[in-house]
Amino acid sequence: MAEKDPKKNDVLDLAPETRAPEEAPTEPAGFLKKLTRGLFMTHTELLEKMSSAMQGKVTLDERTFEYLEEVLIGADLGVETSLELVERVRRNARKEQVGSTERLRKLLADEITEILRDAPVPRRFHRGPLLTLVVGVNGVGKTTSIAKLTRRAQSEGQKVLLAAGDTFRAAAIEQLALWGERLGVEVIRQGQGADPGAVVYDAIHAARARGTDRLIIDTAGRLHTKDHLMAELGKVRRVIDREAKDWQVQTLLVLDATTGQNALSQARTFSQVVPIDGVLLAKLDGTAKGGMAVAVAKELRLPVLYLGVGEKADDMVEFRPREFAAALLG
Amino acid sequence: MFDGLQNKLQDVFSRLKGEGKVTPEALDAALRQIRLALLEADVHLRVVKPFIDRVRERALGQEVMESLTPAQQVVKIVRDELAALLGDEGTELRLDGRPAVVMLCGLQGSGKTTTAGKIAKRLKKRGKHPLLVAGDLQRAAAVEQLKQVGRGVDVPVIEPEPGESVVALGTRALGIARQRGHDVMIMDTAGRLHVDAALMDEIRRLAEAIQPVETLFVADSMTGQDAVKSAEQFAAALPLTGAILTKLDGDSRGGAALSIRTVARVPIRFVGIGEKSDDLELFHPERMASRMIGMGDILSLIEKAEKGLDGAETQRLAERMVNKQFTLEDLRDQLRQIRRLGPLASVLEMLPKVGPLKALDASQVDEGGLKKVEAIINSMTPQERNRPDVLNGSRKRRISMGSGTSVAEINRLLKQYKQMQKMMKGVQGKWLRRAMGGGAGMRG
Repeated sequence: MAEKDPKKNDVLDLAPETRAPEEAPTEPAGFLKKLTRGLFMTHTELLEKMSSAMQGKVTLDERTFEYLEEVLIGADLGVETSLELVERVRRNARKEQVGSTERLRKLLADEITEILRDAPVPRRFHRGPLLTLVVGVNGVGKTTSIAKLTRRAQSEGQKVLLAAGDTFRAAAIEQLALWGERLGVEVIRQGQGADPGAVVYDAIHAARARGTDRLIIDTAGRLHTKDHLMAELGKVRRVIDREAKDWQVQTLLVLDATTGQNALSQARTFSQVVPIDGVLLAKLDGTAKGGMAVAVAKELRLPVLYLGVGEKADDMVEFRPREFAAALLG
Repeated sequence: MFDGLQNKLQDVFSRLKGEGKVTPEALDAALRQIRLALLEADVHLRVVKPFIDRVRERALGQEVMESLTPAQQVVKIVRDELAALLGDEGTELRLDGRPAVVMLCGLQGSGKTTTAGKIAKRLKKRGKHPLLVAGDLQRAAAVEQLKQVGRGVDVPVIEPEPGESVVALGTRALGIARQRGHDVMIMDTAGRLHVDAALMDEIRRLAEAIQPVETLFVADSMTGQDAVKSAEQFAAALPLTGAILTKLDGDSRGGAALSIRTVARVPIRFVGIGEKSDDLELFHPERMASRMIGMGDILSLIEKAEKGLDGAETQRLAERMVNKQFTLEDLRDQLRQIRRLGPLASVLEMLPKVGPLKALDASQVDEGGLKKVEAIINSMTPQERNRPDVLNGSRKRRISMGSGTSVAEINRLLKQYKQMQKMMKGVQGKWLRRAMGGGAGMRG
């Protein structure tokens, strides 16, 4: 429905100044279309709000900055990050004598982009087997995200193997197995209640025997406040370290875009148990902006790697700081 | 990350020293702190603004402006107002009709299927004979999940036939429920986005077909500012009779509760507090209000303590503390008791961050450290536990080998133990003073 007129939904058309020159318009269309499908409505709404707040005015008064602050808090960037961003913009705006809404938006988008780019550059993986461990709290969308990662790896010609490491939740194994069937990928599994460490052990050895390029491991959703479950995750990690010494290992933390301030607490606690390489921000196809990803990048220096934008295996895009910043403000 | 509101307000008002009365400027500063605290708790902007106005109005009254403890007064106002806004205590499900139909709805991953199982269990305890209907035809293996959940709580599950729509499934299940004499039918549904017009229309048609007496919006307590939008739109599409707030066993402040209650005007009925089928409780606005402003959930802690602690043992330890006979052995026993309450960090989270507890930072608690302490004490002889003064280098080396720790760690423990003894004397002194005259520390 919304796809009919992608131009109209294209955030870059609303904020053309954010388009990086090196990006040809051909490929990002899908990215932006997906990302902005749900964001469009709120985007214009806020844009109008901002414009009307500053209409005809060249001076930047406190009300304008308060608006900015609210736009950011409303996008779940968190109080601390929002206040800091507005403070930075306030300084630069005075310096540069900002006179237009567009210019102010650009300044704000620049600051957000900078925070996002400031997170360590995601590790580049060379050829050779890669193991991806997928972790997160309950219901953030780990299993669906794994399907998307699988599809992506397949499209790059990799041979993928999945491991059903969520042996706790009812039918989690079946859920992953169904995705495996749909995607034509083998799933290493044991029964419900089995030791996830044992499943991972099996999977690593199976992957080796089959000459797999990519092993993706699902884990049970666990609230980061539950010590015993976090300890279990630590054990899984130790099994990986011991059994897959010659593999490249990547751990992805899945965060739900609708989550508020708690995302920070999740990222912090998970990082203490397993070294996290990056964040996969899921469920961006609703009205939630996922602004906590900015706070997570800033406070914990965790880069965002992928965005989940739907329920199908293709609904995942690579993260791009500048576009994400633009969409956040929209 | 999040200090209790009381702490922050204490800071604001402590700058008033000597002026005697609260100035309007101080009140403004306090209100700003309250605003930030609520936003940090994920309360929606739209809710925060009118709320602050209300608190300002009440705070301008005599009780605060001339109070000697303005911070406490303001916190009390905030807490009362929050609790009032959060609405009434949760109520059990209404079960009119035969069968009474209970429908769950919500976003993906909010916890509908797990909650369906919990509701079934709760109703069984009320002597009902519920029937579960697996209406999530979207997510892979969701039907299988409910089947397993149903098996776990021993409640039959109706699953869809191939190609059957959810509306047809609901209607058919209703017939089965009548025929088999079930008094309640619990309808699980697929997670859907409130902006997904097709799926929202589908659930509307389902509701028309099965006429639920309870339509419950299941919401993740960790939801941020978006809670308003999703709750509002679900409420617009369906005649919601309540909300269930899930995953409250995490450490979120749960501000979404206020957004759901006030903006979408949906009463909160239950909270989910764990993954087991018993982990569903009625909603308590007072507790939620305390949690939101970081005052700690004392009531839940007391409940937990009652379940986890051995009363006689606690009494014995308390007496020894008062009598200054608190030995290392008592320390170990106490640690064991505390650990029985669950992860220490979550226990500390429930405590209010005031008074002597102010310095406790839950995020810095080292659970492993506690285990080490226990190991060290376990490696001591009874004599050493009762009179740690006898510990010399050679004894410490023996203990270090026995407990797998270093001598430095043993020394640290001994030092902490001595400090603790000192602190206990101090605390008792303070208590004594308060009991005798009260108002300690109010001068200035």
